[in-house]
Amino acid sequence: MARSSGSLPRYLVTRLLLVIPMVWILLTVVFILMRVAPGDPVQASLGGRAPQAVIEKQRHELGFDKSIVAQYGDYFNGIFHGDFGTSTSSNRTVTDVVAHEGAATLELAVAAMIFALVLGLGIGVLIGRYRDTPLDVFGRLFGVLTYAAPVFWIGILFQLLFVAKLHWLPSSGQADTLVNIHLQGEAHTNIYLVDAVISGDWGGLRNVLVHLILPGLTLGLLVCGVFIRLVRVNVIQTLKHDYIEAARARGIPEHRVVLRHAFRNALVPVVTVIGLQAALLLSGAVLTETTFNWPGIGQALIRYLNNRDYVMVQGIVTVFALIVVSVSLVIDVVTALIDPRVRYS
Amino acid sequence: MTTTPELHHVRPDTVMSVRDLRIWYGTARGAVRAVDGVSFDIRRGETLGLVGESGCGKSTLGRGVLGLLPDAAKVAGHVLFEGEDLVGMSRRRLRSLRGPQLGLIFQEPMTRLNPLMRVSQHFLETLRTHQPELSKEQMRRRAIDTLGAMGIPPTRFTNYPHEFSGGMRQRIMIALALVLNPAFVVADEPTTALDVLVEAQILTILADVKRNFDTSILLITHNLGIIAEACERVAVMYAGRIAELGDARAVFARPAHPYTRELLASTISLSTTSLHYIPGAPPDLIAPPSGCRFHPRCPDAMTVCPQRHPPVVTTELNQDVACWLHGPDDQIPPGGSAPLEREAIGVADEA
Repeated sequence: MARSSGSLPRYLVTRLLLVIPMVWILLTVVFILMRVAPGDPVQASLGGRAPQAVIEKQRHELGFDKSIVAQYGDYFNGIFHGDFGTSTSSNRTVTDVVAHEGAATLELAVAAMIFALVLGLGIGVLIGRYRDTPLDVFGRLFGVLTYAAPVFWIGILFQLLFVAKLHWLPSSGQADTLVNIHLQGEAHTNIYLVDAVISGDWGGLRNVLVHLILPGLTLGLLVCGVFIRLVRVNVIQTLKHDYIEAARARGIPEHRVVLRHAFRNALVPVVTVIGLQAALLLSGAVLTETTFNWPGIGQALIRYLNNRDYVMVQGIVTVFALIVVSVSLVIDVVTALIDPRVRYS
Repeated sequence: MTTTPELHHVRPDTVMSVRDLRIWYGTARGAVRAVDGVSFDIRRGETLGLVGESGCGKSTLGRGVLGLLPDAAKVAGHVLFEGEDLVGMSRRRLRSLRGPQLGLIFQEPMTRLNPLMRVSQHFLETLRTHQPELSKEQMRRRAIDTLGAMGIPPTRFTNYPHEFSGGMRQRIMIALALVLNPAFVVADEPTTALDVLVEAQILTILADVKRNFDTSILLITHNLGIIAEACERVAVMYAGRIAELGDARAVFARPAHPYTRELLASTISLSTTSLHYIPGAPPDLIAPPSGCRFHPRCPDAMTVCPQRHPPVVTTELNQDVACWLHGPDDQIPPGGSAPLEREAIGVADEA
């Protein structure tokens, strides 16, 4: 019927319009937080011993001498033009940091998400199907432990086992030094994996992949615990549905009943949670990057926090917020595509 | 009565022969004997009605004959279908029979279709499972033809379940159960969730199916009107057992079992002036009454009734009935035909 074709675009437009107030509120909160935080960014960046004239000059250049309303206007004006500010402790712009360090974090986050999804969905559907068996108990325990264990602790254990004892994998960094230099020269996207493929550097690609395993797995484990529990509960719930019995009554093979009917339907709420996990992934990335000396935006954030570089911190937090908003938008669209009923409600 | 299938006389046109079927569920309080020694035959192209109060084991029996019970259920007895016993059959073999040979039509059509799958996908999945040799176009044709016979136009083939009304979904479910033309179908209260006009439609469809494909149907319902309209024979179930089984018209005209009589008297129609009901409640299936399960509620109970379970006897009207009123007289102990004094028993029990 015509209903099904007309509703998806309308749903998307409504959903997109909702982004505007969401982003506005987020940016305002970030702005206010940075203003109420103690300490003076100008004093901090100049080391606290600069003459008053220099401080005033710097303050004027950064626009801190304007009224709070005017600063608020400048902040939004800048973001609107893609200018998130320039560091007070170095000469780099926020955009530049996001492009370079952010690319490294993106690589790590995507790898972690892949690990989390493969492990989380796989284990979740398995123990949901075989609930209350020893397998189920083990799987649930695994989920709780990986979620509860500190990221840096898991990271250090991995380094001990796979690096120090087994010598299978590199301990830290995004690539070996030579590969690093080569790929930075080939900077097309700043994402090493992509750059290596574009420049046809297969040895480099392999090197980057090997470096990605431990940090990706460490961060992925943190997120996969949530998936395991969620998928398990959803699979158990879905297996009780009437259409599952109906499918069995038609002689549909059990593996198909579980995967096609129960698992797929159980995934709908999981997709929503993947969106929420983006936030966990970013905060986890800060710790993972520090543990594995990964040159990502999380490590950059800590560095700039230590330097009291408020402009940079504000810029990075703004970018984080925008990422979370975009991911949740994408997730809602994906949910609407998977579940025809969402488009109508 | 015979319990071994070999000894029992089976008519050649019998599609399914159920012998001494017992199904029970384990619970914390003890075993729930939902089906307790049920035997009946279904002939080719026949609709057998299965009627009884809620909780008497109708649905369990319907699922049991298809081997579709939850893992917690235990089954004993025989369900002979085309020479094979479905009880104790391998899951794999049973699965291959469901669809092409055995079908199930459900009570609530609203929730029986996967909300994320198009109607077309439901049909293609079923056909691909059982007849992988068909081409995709042949499968499509077949599905659309079956749906067409149920009054669902081809333009709706790729719609999602939520785009259909309850009556349409039930017709889709019926089409889905019949697309492989099974020999035997259980219809578990197929019209309970639908309004009367849709109910009439569905019953017409079931009658057409029976006529055109010679399908045997076990029609489970608590509605005696539906039985009268759609069934050749009827089995009246009480507390996990069949109280009476026979030609539907004969049973309705001259019910042999007091329970059937009371059930018929409780039916509400336009000429009803006062409500009749059977006193008491359906028995607890964990600890059912001794002897005849109906005796605590039976107006005609005799002293033999709580002592011994009545065997099945065939009346001169060819109705199979399990009630001491119909004998066999030689098995009733001396004085057993005296009316049951309920008060006396109640006091004696408490003493």
